[in-house]
Amino acid sequence: MNTTIDFSRDVLLLAPDAAVRELSHSIRQTVLRNLRRWGAVVGLSGGVDSSVTAALCVQALGKERVLGVFMPEEDSSEDSLRLGRRLAEWLGIATVVENIAPALRELGCYERRDAAIRKVIPDYGPGWKSKIVLPDLLAASYYSLYSIVAQSPDGKACKARLTPEAYLGVVAATNFKQRTRKMVEYYHADRLWYAVAGTPNRLEHAQGFFVKNGDGSADFKPIAHLYKTQVYQLGRHLGVPEEILRRPPTTDTYSLEQSQEEFFFSIPLETLDLCLYGKNHGVSVAEVAQATALTAEQVQRIYTNIESKIASTRYLHMPPQLMGPVEEVEVLGSH
Amino acid sequence: MGREVIMELERELRTFVVDNFLFGQADETFSNADSFLEKGLIDSMGILTLVEFVTDKYSIVVEDEEMVPENWDSVQRIASFVQKKTSANPGTSTMCFALESQSNRQ
Repeated sequence: MNTTIDFSRDVLLLAPDAAVRELSHSIRQTVLRNLRRWGAVVGLSGGVDSSVTAALCVQALGKERVLGVFMPEEDSSEDSLRLGRRLAEWLGIATVVENIAPALRELGCYERRDAAIRKVIPDYGPGWKSKIVLPDLLAASYYSLYSIVAQSPDGKACKARLTPEAYLGVVAATNFKQRTRKMVEYYHADRLWYAVAGTPNRLEHAQGFFVKNGDGSADFKPIAHLYKTQVYQLGRHLGVPEEILRRPPTTDTYSLEQSQEEFFFSIPLETLDLCLYGKNHGVSVAEVAQATALTAEQVQRIYTNIESKIASTRYLHMPPQLMGPVEEVEVLGSH
Repeated sequence: MGREVIMELERELRTFVVDNFLFGQADETFSNADSFLEKGLIDSMGILTLVEFVTDKYSIVVEDEEMVPENWDSVQRIASFVQKKTSANPGTSTMCFALESQSNRQ
């Protein structure tokens, strides 16, 4: 069904005052009444999503009821900790630094990842850096096949297509990072009787850009219904430090600098916002093309890509599947 | 290469698709011309697996720009693509280059 709205970038504009007021109310209700916890734990990455999530929690619960957790590891950018600290100082919240690198080393995260990379780049070893990349979705109608870009200690770089075994091996090893972080967040939540706040935005939540039982796990997700550009609007309204708002979104997971666009989304996030909004509201490909300065063919390709991602990541949203009914357990408040 | 070669390619590819994506349950309604996308048959991991099968079995290398539905969206299309590739330059799989635009993490 197509709508007749005048489609432009303005469709994503929020009334920030009202949005913050409503979100604060919802967070208060959810944490204190539904979840029956005394506060919120937020993992801080120095990015806009975790910063806005923490700021909203402070608005809703008060700074005394929010704990920020920094969880650097070997491949983390120094900016992540520096900007996270800046955010926490601005909010006036208590924080704790948990270096997860030793735990990851013991789990074999780095060794297993490197072994998987060596399946396609045999020379890969100590001192090398790497990242996973996707082809540019706008350039042609490609299926998304992941490649790995690796850089040797002497600066030589190689790019190789990942085989299924290598791809799954790299992702499985790397997912230790998100799962270890979540384990640490829940440790602090348990000791304080707090709830864990998840930080995905709508682009990530809808298209499955998260690790199941890792960053996808949380007790509540304050910005999962907001488009990325709306998260920025709230960030500006709440007064999140400008340096955080200007920082390009990064996965902060691989040793070579890697944008979220390279790894998962393939196109600029503000463009993807409009395409996802258009698709969600039945806006025609032609109207979205006009608003985004893309061709209709490119928008159609993005619509198809969104559908494909939602379908292929459905598993990530599924709770454990029971083989028979358990009527006595009631599932509360799930959307 | 003649029609017989194409038919043999289609047979091999169909067997792989049925074994791996239909779990051996070959449906009579699944034809070699059917679109994988329209049938919802193969997701991103499926494509990755299919590409590995094709590149290993037929000793060809598939470039990014060849990863389009015209080449990969049905058994027939893959067979035709493989036939063209095996009679042409197979290409290279790993590319090394100077990282001019890739900056290291600060």
